[in-house]
Amino acid sequence: MSAELLAAPDKGGGLLDVLRRRELLRLIVRKELKVRYRSSVLGLLWSYVKPGVQFIVFYFALGVFLGLNKQPNFVIYMFSGIILVNFFSEAFSNATRSVVANGALVKKIFLPRELFPVASVWVAVVHFLPQFLILLTACFFFGWSPSIVQLIGAIGAFVIVALLSLGLGLLFAAANVMFRDSENIVDLMLMMATWLSPVLYAWYLVRDTLGETFYFFYQLNPMTIAVELFHFAFWAPTAAVRTAAEGARMPDNLISLWLPVGLLISVLILALGQTVFRRLEGRFAQEL
Amino acid sequence: MAAEAIVVDQVSKRFNLRHTRSLKETVVWLFKGRRGDLSSTFMALDGVDVTVDVGESVALLGFNGSGKSTLLKLISGVMSTDTGSVKTRGKVAGLIEVGAGFHPDLTGRENVFLNGVLLGMTEKETEARFDEIVEFSEIGKFIDTEVKFYSSGMFLRLAFSVAVHTKPDVFLIDEILSVGDEPFQKKCLARIQELRESGCTLVVVSHDLDMVSKVCDRGVVLRQGKKVADGPISEAVRLLREG
Repeated sequence: MSAELLAAPDKGGGLLDVLRRRELLRLIVRKELKVRYRSSVLGLLWSYVKPGVQFIVFYFALGVFLGLNKQPNFVIYMFSGIILVNFFSEAFSNATRSVVANGALVKKIFLPRELFPVASVWVAVVHFLPQFLILLTACFFFGWSPSIVQLIGAIGAFVIVALLSLGLGLLFAAANVMFRDSENIVDLMLMMATWLSPVLYAWYLVRDTLGETFYFFYQLNPMTIAVELFHFAFWAPTAAVRTAAEGARMPDNLISLWLPVGLLISVLILALGQTVFRRLEGRFAQEL
Repeated sequence: MAAEAIVVDQVSKRFNLRHTRSLKETVVWLFKGRRGDLSSTFMALDGVDVTVDVGESVALLGFNGSGKSTLLKLISGVMSTDTGSVKTRGKVAGLIEVGAGFHPDLTGRENVFLNGVLLGMTEKETEARFDEIVEFSEIGKFIDTEVKFYSSGMFLRLAFSVAVHTKPDVFLIDEILSVGDEPFQKKCLARIQELRESGCTLVVVSHDLDMVSKVCDRGVVLRQGKKVADGPISEAVRLLREG
């Protein structure tokens, strides 16, 4: 029993510690899923009702009234972007709140605190999957036939959003312990997230209206890249788009340049989030 | 075998008492030329040295605010030290406060698993000890009821029961033996004695001097963050009673 060496109790391996305590992560995720919709009749269905209503509102306001519907398969275009932004919003905002919400545990039991933001992102993935299934079903109805490259792009987009939301989540979760303003800042950022990416409009409108320079910075946003990749994977290969006169207009070098760029930026943000989180983590117990 | 289980070396901990919670207040303070203190500090622990050998049971004694609980939190790793170092050997289970990981909307059974794993067991180990845990807690048929419907006594009994069945190498106990009714308290004490006999290292924080004298062999007395005595439990208790 005493073969083990003396070691500091709070030796932190950061996110690696989370891997070591997968079992606990799974239990926390299960708890979150169970507790989220406690004593509600619709339960998990709420996860579909909310994006569903949001979708209908956008569809009528933008598609029907503003005439964006003229674009072929605008429904798929919009829905593929919306579910990705929803995934990002849920992961990011819950991860930000996770450490403060689990304050009782953070203060009393030593565990890798990264567990909480990671669990939040995981829960968001669980809520993302059924929406994704709805998207796939719809795609098949619209004659979807993707290439391997397009599918790789979709996986890349998912990884980008997961890494990005975890990185930002870690960063703002740590900041939130010090200043509760973070939650509001995050809400503001999420309010803009839908509009900072080409979810409801076409990417080339940004380039044509605001010029190449602005477009370059616009394109550096990993969410923009991810949404475009989803359009490339799910909207572009549907029948009506393929046969349309102008085809699917996608940004140049989406797979060869922007996918790696998006991944790189997300990894950098994750590294930044982890560093700040580790730096502040030692003070969590006394600040909460 | 006189290997150390816990080595606390010259540990100090200073608390920052911040008087603000929002960014706005901080900014206003900066613009007003930093008038007034935004925070004040106080020393919770000041250069404390304690070494606990494997199998020893030590009581941390002292009046309110003497730094006992802070020291325990440093040992468990929940807080980190400002200066000095804390080292531990083996699995440390902190019973800093029972029931911290309990969620009111989960059933007793779900909470047992969640907390068992939180406290460092694997799911399999929890499964293996599940019956023992439930039996010890005397919860019986309520185990599949949501915890929010439990009486406070039932809640604490179940929480305590999970904690004492984790079989750690080092067991940290903070003021939790005031759990439940008299018979249950006796049972808890018996369980802790059992752990002690099985070679588990105990660190106990309590104001119940009679109980502490029974459970521990050694007492460390803290006063305003400084160690003032370290010796046999009877002497430590006498020192504290005399004030």
